[in-house]
Amino acid sequence: MALRHFGAAAAVAIAVGMTASPALAVTEIQWWHAMTGANNDVIVKLATDFNASQADYKVIPTYKGNYPDTMNAGIAAFRAGNAPHIMQVFEVGTATMMAATGAVKPVYKLMADAGEKFDPKIYLPAITGYYSTSKGEMLSFPFNSSSTVMWVNLDELKKANVEIPKTWPETFEAAKKLKAAGHDTCGFSGSWVTWVNLEQLSAWHNVPLASKANGLDGFDTVLEFNGPLQVKHLETLVELQKTKTYDYAGRTNTGEGRFTSGECPIYLTSSAFFGNVKAQAKFNFTAVPMPYYPDVKGAPQNSIIGGASLWVMGGKSAEEYKGVAKFLTFLSDTDRQVYIHKASGYLPITKAAYAKAKEEGFYKDQPYLETPLIELTNKEPTDNSRGLRLGNMVQLRDVWSEEIEQALAGKKTAKQALDAAVERGNTMLRQFEKTAVK
Amino acid sequence: MQKQAIFQSRLLPYALVAPQLAIVLIFFYWPALQAVIQSFLLQDAFGLSTSFVWFENYVDLFRDAAYFEAVVRTFVFSFAIAATSLSFALLLAVMADKPLRGSMLYRTLLIWPYAVAPPVVGVLWIFMLHPSLGVLSRYLRNMGIDWNPLLNGDQAASLIILAAAWKQISYNFLFFLAGLQAIPKSVFEAAAIDGARPMRRFWTVTFPLLSPTIFFLLVVNIVYAFFDTFGIIDTMTRGGPGTSTVTLVYKVYSDGLLGGNLGSSAAQSVILMVMVIVLTGIQFRFVERKVTY
Repeated sequence: MALRHFGAAAAVAIAVGMTASPALAVTEIQWWHAMTGANNDVIVKLATDFNASQADYKVIPTYKGNYPDTMNAGIAAFRAGNAPHIMQVFEVGTATMMAATGAVKPVYKLMADAGEKFDPKIYLPAITGYYSTSKGEMLSFPFNSSSTVMWVNLDELKKANVEIPKTWPETFEAAKKLKAAGHDTCGFSGSWVTWVNLEQLSAWHNVPLASKANGLDGFDTVLEFNGPLQVKHLETLVELQKTKTYDYAGRTNTGEGRFTSGECPIYLTSSAFFGNVKAQAKFNFTAVPMPYYPDVKGAPQNSIIGGASLWVMGGKSAEEYKGVAKFLTFLSDTDRQVYIHKASGYLPITKAAYAKAKEEGFYKDQPYLETPLIELTNKEPTDNSRGLRLGNMVQLRDVWSEEIEQALAGKKTAKQALDAAVERGNTMLRQFEKTAVK
Repeated sequence: MQKQAIFQSRLLPYALVAPQLAIVLIFFYWPALQAVIQSFLLQDAFGLSTSFVWFENYVDLFRDAAYFEAVVRTFVFSFAIAATSLSFALLLAVMADKPLRGSMLYRTLLIWPYAVAPPVVGVLWIFMLHPSLGVLSRYLRNMGIDWNPLLNGDQAASLIILAAAWKQISYNFLFFLAGLQAIPKSVFEAAAIDGARPMRRFWTVTFPLLSPTIFFLLVVNIVYAFFDTFGIIDTMTRGGPGTSTVTLVYKVYSDGLLGGNLGSSAAQSVILMVMVIVLTGIQFRFVERKVTY
């Protein structure tokens, strides 16, 4: 560990040494991010446009690896006293960042201190809620957001004479028919097994994943996802796994090729999968809202987001913060949000941008791009569906996945697996609570 | 014959080794010391709150059943990897040691896999054996084997062992080849004249004379399996399914960097460090004595 920190610190020291230009009037703002490919181009364009729009500040974007790598690089840099100004952190890192009082500067405070006009009401609450305190104070600035949707291979469904399913029972039936029609290795599947089958499932049915509004109201939250709904759902998956009507596709999104190759005709994953589907799928496709259990009262509720937000790091000068505040205002501009939405497939974060995209007829040809927004805004978010704030979330997901895998492999029953996932997870949450800054 | 060099000044020898010492101190001892210190602390990821907890991190570890499972798993993996790669490498080295046409070409080609980085090895094997994308998986399925390392822990473990062993074969091959060539031909000729057939010659002449090399490689391979398999595990299974491929090194990473539990992660590193010191100690003791029959 120490060695890794030293390495990162050394790399940062060298990078800073090379990029720090001598006494210019321009204030530089370092922005570390985790975007590749087309999304990296979007980031570079945003920075270039901002730098061209004014002469006082210069935003310098730097790619730092995938989400965990970027976050670890930022943490190591902070420990070495060289943190960037803005850091892109994935949604599951929220609790860790929030707990680091002093290491981060909450966005609402940044805007107030810099005297920048800032109205939290212009943003979509389903998105900002994830990154705000329970009082509605915005802690980090949502950058790229997505949600879970169900991707459907229209050609294969038509061939098997199957309607697009709306509920979970219909989905299971559809998968059985698809399997009978030749998809004998995969009727349906999905990525991010815990995100889809625990986190989103709970929010979508308005049942708690954890106490204290899923952790938003305090670090003393306790996991509660071993309830009847989640157990029943996992039991069904275990049963269907035996015949490969459902076939597990891994903890992350490495199994997504199974949809675009045509192997799995129904696939639940992030709406941000759109770019790959569009580029690779040689069939007609669409994305529809996640299925729900019709016997659960009030379902469906609303989905929660995935993706990442921009955290402003602590310990910088007032002048630097002013530049960061100006940049965040720049990002909130309606046309710019529409641009980001169209170019990356991620969701717009302001109400005005959503309305404008709709007005322009953006969703007419591609209705599936609106699906995540329909899910997110389906109902007013409740304590169970506003978001998640659990410490050590990255590792928590690994532990939950481990238990789900045990159940799918038939080594534990669904109930035993979820009980163990809750118990092991709670131990980790208590560990996090011990180290979190009070 | 005078073996010791004579230095005029007392300081000169120290000055000459100073750069090397500085490198060792900065890049090895300092981080190791940091790890030891960290292992006594309870700290959040950002280093904002720190408390000294004595041996709490170690006590928690020894109370954790998952940690012992990882210890056992690591030893099983290490011996399986060492055994697989040593036997294949020895077989190949014995074959390549014969006077064949183009033997230089075989030898060079056999060394190539060593240059491949562990994560790349992982990706290569994924392409061959991924349950839905892999080329080989299709054959396995057709043969009636339900190949699914995403859910079957034993299959995932064998996949890791296979990939890790494959990468190490080249290194072992090099040493075995050198070891074989160092054995005087006259010994074989004498055995052949006495009427020993090739198999017998191998077991009674080659193998005993190679034993120092074998022992050296055994230790090196175990150390390799302990530490350098991280990249392979991270790209291929990320420790899953369940915890069936979580080794000690992977746990250090996942607890420290994914879980932000630096104290526990550091304590695990210190334990690993002790294990390596012991392994290396054994190696030096026995290699000095020259293992022979």
